[in-house]
Amino acid sequence: MSQATTPHGGAGDTVRIPIDPVTRIEGHLKVEVEVKDGVVVDARCYGGMFRGFEQILRGRDPRDSSQIVQRICGVCPTAHCTASVMAQDAAFGVKTPTNGRIVRNLIFGANYLQSHILHFYHLAALDYVKGPDVAPFVPRYTNADLITDRIKDKTKADSTNKYGLDQYLKALEVRRICHEMVAMFGGRMPHVQGMVGGGTTQIPTAERIADYAARFKEVLKFVTDEYLPLIYTLGSVYTDLFATGVGYKNVISFGVFPLDDDGKTSLHKPGVYIDGKDEPFDPKLIKEYVKYSFFDYSKPGGLHYSEGETNPNPDKAGAYSFVKAPRYKDKPCEAGPLARMWITNPAISPVGQKLLKELYGIEAKNFRDLGDKAFSIMGRHVARAEETYFVAQAIEKWLKEVKPEAETYAKPEIPDSAEGTGFTEAPRGSLLHYLKIKDKKIDNYQVVSATLWNCNPRDDMGQRGPVEQALIGVPVPDIKNPVNVGRLIRAFDP
Amino acid sequence: MSLSRREFVKLCSAGVAGLSISRMCHPGVLHAMTEGAKKAPVLWVQGQGCTGCSVSLLNSVHPRIKEILLDVISLEFHPTVMGSEGTLAVEHMYAVADKFKGNFFLLVEGAIPTAKEGRYCIVGETTDAKGHHKEITMMELVRELAPKALATVGIGTCSAYGGIPAARGNVTGATSLKDFFEHEKIKTLLVNVPGCPPHPDWMVGTLVAAWSHVLNPKEHPLPELDDSGRPMLFYGENIHENCPYVELYDKAQFAPTFTKPGCKAELGCKGPSTYADCFKRRWNNGINWCVENAVCIGCVEPDFPDGKSPFYVAE
Ligand code: SF4
Ligand code: SF4
Repeated sequence: MSQATTPHGGAGDTVRIPIDPVTRIEGHLKVEVEVKDGVVVDARCYGGMFRGFEQILRGRDPRDSSQIVQRICGVCPTAHCTASVMAQDAAFGVKTPTNGRIVRNLIFGANYLQSHILHFYHLAALDYVKGPDVAPFVPRYTNADLITDRIKDKTKADSTNKYGLDQYLKALEVRRICHEMVAMFGGRMPHVQGMVGGGTTQIPTAERIADYAARFKEVLKFVTDEYLPLIYTLGSVYTDLFATGVGYKNVISFGVFPLDDDGKTSLHKPGVYIDGKDEPFDPKLIKEYVKYSFFDYSKPGGLHYSEGETNPNPDKAGAYSFVKAPRYKDKPCEAGPLARMWITNPAISPVGQKLLKELYGIEAKNFRDLGDKAFSIMGRHVARAEETYFVAQAIEKWLKEVKPEAETYAKPEIPDSAEGTGFTEAPRGSLLHYLKIKDKKIDNYQVVSATLWNCNPRDDMGQRGPVEQALIGVPVPDIKNPVNVGRLIRAFDP
Repeated sequence: MSLSRREFVKLCSAGVAGLSISRMCHPGVLHAMTEGAKKAPVLWVQGQGCTGCSVSLLNSVHPRIKEILLDVISLEFHPTVMGSEGTLAVEHMYAVADKFKGNFFLLVEGAIPTAKEGRYCIVGETTDAKGHHKEITMMELVRELAPKALATVGIGTCSAYGGIPAARGNVTGATSLKDFFEHEKIKTLLVNVPGCPPHPDWMVGTLVAAWSHVLNPKEHPLPELDDSGRPMLFYGENIHENCPYVELYDKAQFAPTFTKPGCKAELGCKGPSTYADCFKRRWNNGINWCVENAVCIGCVEPDFPDGKSPFYVAE
């Protein structure tokens, strides 16, 4: 599969730029963009790895799924665990005690904080902040368009960069503390032991709750005093990136963090926003396509996940990715913090409201007040930071609701045959796990993850995936330093 | 080098001291580590994994990850942490491997798929003189880098033993480093640091021990490895025999469900067939560990997951 590039890049030429690997993400991803007259005119996302979880899960004890699926992603194992135990709850017909629901939220919520902080500081920030001149921060692009290049006044440039770099190092500690919070009720991180079908495995003692709360206080302080202000400051240096990387403007959310025991209400609402209109979320309208993916289906067209098939074929002609293309109502939809914040539309943090006014002259009370700015590289970072604050506010409430010494687990019976789907939101986007049981064993297991929603290839109808589409129009003034391409991809947290 | 002696002792011993540990903590070793970092950079590559090992490394407390990155190791390639990307990153990795031939550590996270010529895991691409792009598979990468390395470390159960990607049902031909080395006749020294994921102390401690050995083999013999290639220092003791619940086990006081007191054997605990120091080291800065919370699923063992599953059924 080798091809030549046109290395000149003169006016009118189309230059093909492959970036492989796209680094500072979880997993193996290559992106290839075509650049004409300094902007991206076409793009392809190549998912380069297949492990075959669906095959590995088949025939196992259904309870084992929550452990196995966590190994899909070491950054958000709790998300896969949550989806899996919700699928188990549904298939087993078991109702988690109230305290178990709240402890699950505390476990998953703490990893939301961890994942967002890790994502912004340790995966994305080096696209803006200049690290020290030692490995692993060097080598970097020669023309990297960092803060130090953008701010002309050298003293100000250096102090702003130092502010960012100090936070990068401090955030290493803060995200570790978030993992300690997860481990408090989850046993350890990465890969928790404490969430199972029917609830959670450890009764919260008053002491543990206090330990969690003490750490939480420190994290919340970091989010309010450092993370949020840094995002808005950065945005004021990169105002152009509030208008770059728009995408389809179709967004989806399955909803996350149940607020009642029947799962009728949740912190983030389920919903879709397509072609400028809000619609209720209906799982029946999801289909996965594989024309350009290295998979074969037994029949043509898209398949609903409940009849999902995973037959890999790396030799398949025309295919270019191990990622399937999920569609909602046959439309590509973006998932993630931007999608959730747009659909739920919560209040913007006091810090955000103040800085939006001071730095941008924008009066914004709720997320949608950001308008078109939200659908951009910076908009996605703002959404993630604001969501960190939003989830933290909820954690504060759950800490008041959780009952020391109260039961968190209801022991399920494994049925001979059943099926169940767990719908949740990983920090990086909509996630569902579908579990089908036959003879008390897993008969079919299908995962539709956030990476699938965002980083998918073209579908049978030829529509680009959301990241592919968002890349269109991204400026690449210097083909040797395609910085904005990486920035766009990382803003999605693929 | 800002790793204090106190922190270093804590890292290696988790409160218990042995001969090999006290040797490792010799002040000369600390000096050696600084030198080691300068002389022997680290290339960390990822195959079929979940990045959980890398994320676990970030949780290091003794020493803190900030110190590891800035002072202890020279991490010249790491897909999740490094600043560079694309060709820039790949070319740099190959350049470091050539410049430090026989003198760098190759850390491998994730299994190596061997079916379909390795095309189940593409890790990057190179450009030839004519400007043609060629994809690099994980298989080719390890085949090229491992023979040049001073030593290879299998980070995590996937690379050490195949782990989850090589579990029953796997279609990708996922294989461990050891099997791959045997097949390819690669002779480079291999040390395993299993765990799904490994504890940060196991990773940092093993690297430090390896450094000390390489820099001064006479004074610092290679840490003793067990039959599965793991340092006894961290994997030498049985979880069950050292478990705080073992007395309850002996009295047959078994927990009927997760949230009730008792030994977890009947809930599926795999402590009896698992060797690691989790019982004393604990996880995430000592907050908790699997057995206190639920059960051990034997994540450090060569037969994980198939020999350890069903996880929630007694052995
Ligand atoms: S809980 Fe597990 S490790 Fe502890 S005594 Fe029981 S079986 Fe052994
Ligand atoms: S207690 Fe068992 S499952 Fe947990 S980390 Fe240790 S070896 Fe792995």
